[in-house]
Amino acid sequence: MVGRLMPESASLQAVLTDRIFIGLTIASALILALVVGLLLVFAIRFRRGSKADRHPLPEIVSREFEIGWTAATIFLFVFIFWWAASAEIGAYSVPPNAIEIHVVAKQWMWKVQGSNGAREINELHVPVNAPVKLIMTSQDVIHSFFVPAFRLKRDVLPDQQTEAWFQATKTGTFHLLCTEYCGTDHARMLGRVIVMEPEAYARWLSAQPEGDDLAHQGERLFSERGCAGCHAPGSAVHAPSLAGIWERPVPLEGGRFATADAAYLRDSILQPGRDVVAGYAPVMPSYAGLLDDGEIQAITAYIRALGSEPGVVRALGTPDLRSNVPGGVRERSPAMVPGAPVLDQPGPGVRP
Amino acid sequence: MSTTAGTTASPTGLADPDELDLRLPVSYLADGHSVRSWLLTTDHKRIAILYAITITVFFFIGGAAATLVRLELATPEADVLRADTYNKLFTLHGVVMVWFFLIPSIPNTLGNFLVPLMIGARDVAYPKLNLISWYLNLGGGLLAVAALLAGGVDTGWTFYVPYSTVFSNTWVSLTVLGVFTTGFSSIATGVNFIGTVHLLRAPGMTWFRLPLFVWAMYTTSLMFVLATPVLAVTLLLVFAERTFGLPIFDPARGGDPILFQHLFWFYSHPAVYIMVLPAMGVVSELITCFSRRKVFGYTFMVYALVAIAVIGFFTWGHHMFTSGMSPYAALVFSFLSFIVAVPSAIKVFNWTGTLYRGQVGFESPMLYALGFVGLFTLGGLTGLFLASIPVDVHVQDTYFVVAHFHYIMVGASVSAYFGGLHFWWPKITGRTYPETWARFAAILMFFGFNLTFFPQFIAGYLGMPRRYHVYPPEFQIWNVLSSAGAAVLAAAYLMPLGYLTWSLLFGERAGNNPWDASGLEWRTSSPPPRRNFFGSPRVQGGPYNYHPEGVAPVHDQPRLPSRGSLT
Amino acid sequence: MSRVEIEARLREPWSELETDPGTAFARQRDGATLGIWIFLASEVLFFGALFLTYTAARLAHPEAFAAAGRETNIVYGTLNTAILLTSSLTMAVASQAAETGLFRRLTLRCLAATAALGLAFLVVKGFEYREDIEKHLVPGAHFALDRGPAQIFFAFYWLVTVVHAIHLSIGIVLVVRLTVKGWRDPDILAENPQVEVTALYWHLVDLVWVFLYPMLYLPGRSG
Repeated sequence: MVGRLMPESASLQAVLTDRIFIGLTIASALILALVVGLLLVFAIRFRRGSKADRHPLPEIVSREFEIGWTAATIFLFVFIFWWAASAEIGAYSVPPNAIEIHVVAKQWMWKVQGSNGAREINELHVPVNAPVKLIMTSQDVIHSFFVPAFRLKRDVLPDQQTEAWFQATKTGTFHLLCTEYCGTDHARMLGRVIVMEPEAYARWLSAQPEGDDLAHQGERLFSERGCAGCHAPGSAVHAPSLAGIWERPVPLEGGRFATADAAYLRDSILQPGRDVVAGYAPVMPSYAGLLDDGEIQAITAYIRALGSEPGVVRALGTPDLRSNVPGGVRERSPAMVPGAPVLDQPGPGVRP
Repeated sequence: MSTTAGTTASPTGLADPDELDLRLPVSYLADGHSVRSWLLTTDHKRIAILYAITITVFFFIGGAAATLVRLELATPEADVLRADTYNKLFTLHGVVMVWFFLIPSIPNTLGNFLVPLMIGARDVAYPKLNLISWYLNLGGGLLAVAALLAGGVDTGWTFYVPYSTVFSNTWVSLTVLGVFTTGFSSIATGVNFIGTVHLLRAPGMTWFRLPLFVWAMYTTSLMFVLATPVLAVTLLLVFAERTFGLPIFDPARGGDPILFQHLFWFYSHPAVYIMVLPAMGVVSELITCFSRRKVFGYTFMVYALVAIAVIGFFTWGHHMFTSGMSPYAALVFSFLSFIVAVPSAIKVFNWTGTLYRGQVGFESPMLYALGFVGLFTLGGLTGLFLASIPVDVHVQDTYFVVAHFHYIMVGASVSAYFGGLHFWWPKITGRTYPETWARFAAILMFFGFNLTFFPQFIAGYLGMPRRYHVYPPEFQIWNVLSSAGAAVLAAAYLMPLGYLTWSLLFGERAGNNPWDASGLEWRTSSPPPRRNFFGSPRVQGGPYNYHPEGVAPVHDQPRLPSRGSLT
Repeated sequence: MSRVEIEARLREPWSELETDPGTAFARQRDGATLGIWIFLASEVLFFGALFLTYTAARLAHPEAFAAAGRETNIVYGTLNTAILLTSSLTMAVASQAAETGLFRRLTLRCLAATAALGLAFLVVKGFEYREDIEKHLVPGAHFALDRGPAQIFFAFYWLVTVVHAIHLSIGIVLVVRLTVKGWRDPDILAENPQVEVTALYWHLVDLVWVFLYPMLYLPGRSG
């Protein structure tokens, strides 16, 4: 039996990708038929010794042919480029109401944790017809998160974060594969994405073992690991308050600003000396090696839960948001530049 | 001189080919028989033979690895090889085929042999450097084979960090050192060809009278010289990180593994053109000769080669659309990847146009050439899929990509290599080969190739990732087809080894110009003498003088064989 | 040069050009310089890729690079820059003198000075390496600075200075070879393309250092 010729199509992006793929296939088949057809016709008609007419072509004709097919090819290729590129740009922004799921890849498994606390290994349960945003990082080598039915693929990098999103349109179970070679058991780094009706998803969620959601885990870590000793309100140590800073601009030494997003918080935890908040001494020790990726994600979720309201922001005024890049801070994904804080004011001190 | 097409070509100041045999030329093959006379030779033709021997050995090493890989993939389970063995085999296949077979294949064998002959020179500009380049290639190859014997490498030919620097426990450093060494052989070859074409063209051989093969070698040399050093640095950084613990790319210490990919593809994308431009040059020579017609749009063909060489340097980013680069950068790379396909399309149309109103013969080299055009067109068109970002995101690192680059690098380049080998075989060895066998091998290779690699496009779009030794069972049907094709292909590749060896021992003596081809390389004896020519070549017209200007090509070759005489 | 001299100096494949020996010799000279220029283009890409790697890492970690840059020894670095620039001067004089074919002794002295300055550079570099090792500036477990990216700076420092030193050593060997040849046979250097080829190579090695000096010794020291 010859199996299906097209993979199952189960997401918004899949429809878009398939449309371009089929368009390209038709165009390619026509071009290939033209080339092979002409080759065969010419080769047979003008085979050695045949009686075909062989009067020479005037030079001008060959010139016009050259210019003609060059122009036609350029036109066709630029058209396909425009088509594919506009589809890509349209699908780039993550819907703001997306469910956030954190993915940590390691040799050779996928660890998944929803912001609602559900933890899974090599499985990912999601509701149908709801946008889902993946925030991914790797603990060792480069992996790649691939769900063929969603036409979704994104590399997962060590010590950096990448993001991707999808909206499933069909219920069912789909392959989750690793597509960046990652060592011995690369081929066994498999998982399943299980898309459920919203009610079934809610039932599944409630059936999960009672666990803290990420933000609560983060809150617990915040006090257990000593963060609260300095960063809690009323602490004797002079350290910036973390309430209300989420995705707000933070003034740094030297008049620069950084946006307090996941990447910035991660950097501040692991390399605290790098982007010190203006007016504070660089006294914080690095937590590199003391907190693993999952714990950092939990603390980030906690800080996020503290909100974006400017509570105790140091009163230097809100900076002018300037940008050469279209779209506001929220509309743009940090995945544009892996692991980089989204920064409206480019300046030194932040990874490009 | 007779009045047939080939010999009315530009008067050249050379002795009549008919009289050459009377002068008892000492062929380059007879010019010394000791091992020393081969291993210390500076004759470009002998160095070409040395290269031919080494790349043949490497071709069969790489081919054996591919056979085992396809054998394992016939079923979804791991029944022949363990995971680690499989990973080492596909790495070996990639490393050996790319650096020790494909890249030196046409440039260093046919190119070395033909460039001086085609431009009317006695040798390349730097003969000693030419010999050194062979030793560098051999040394690099031996290091890579040593790594294989010591236990193998499992990183894939791309050596992606941090897997290759921090995590792999195999012989990465040794392999990297081997590839690094062979890179200098590429640079030496590039320097040599550029110098030769600039300074040693015969009187009258202007730039726009150069055969397209020489143009192809010239543009390839530019890429050799400008792309290979970047590979050298990239591999040096991997080597230093592994061996001396210098953490350039280590993410744990703030290094960026994506930077490695940029550097690697800055070389490795042009490397694809390094493999395919020489093939285009060969095919241009074959199609024009067996159509008995001037190549259609010579100047466009030249500009297309140059355009590919230049634009090819700026498309590397399309290997990294899923790595998380800025979408704006991705758009630029996507656009340039579409644009680089335009000159390739021009070449395809011009080859087709060359057949129009020709006298088309179907000798084995022409069969390879026609196969090349078909396979290259399909390979090139699927390149457009990979340049379209949404489609690339889906098929990146799947068998779709594997099929695509095999169509270009094997379907196209290896076909052209075999076509060229058969076409110039009588010139190189002075012997004829059994034409029927050669045609059979060419046709078998074409069908075996398509059977092997076309199913991989489908498996890839269905979502089968590359570098998997076990896979979900729904992909099996496509893998069985592919493995069956591989068996056919293996047989087809072994056949020339057999009948060409037979030809060396028992083949009839070939004439000086058995194809009645134009071109200076055919105006000397077969095999040519050490100093290439009798007398001083002088060129008074453009290449491909198969028919006088404004006159239709004729089928009138009383003295010269049209078919069969080579059997 | 006499016709006999020229013919004695012609090599394959230039000796077989169907022209008079003078033209063939000029062509051989062109061949030598063209070849070295193409090779230098290749070298530019080689070092260009290294500099790009450095630039990307420095843009990502400016403070760590500044902190690491302050640890290098600017005295040795500056001294070496002066030595190498001077050696380029002597090399250029040697090349020009050889071209005219008149100043044989000057050519020889300048070549010897160039080789000596090159060796001096390596000696200074050796002292600097010893100090670096004593200060634990080798990336690894005992690295002196606590910032991770500072290790990238020193990884680059060691790699690129060693690669440069290898290039320089090759240059010294080439210059010494010319000096010995010229010392044995005073006529051999006159109009010899090898002098120009060696000089071009030497200047590239010097030029690379001109880039390396600000990259390795000046970060964190300005302002």
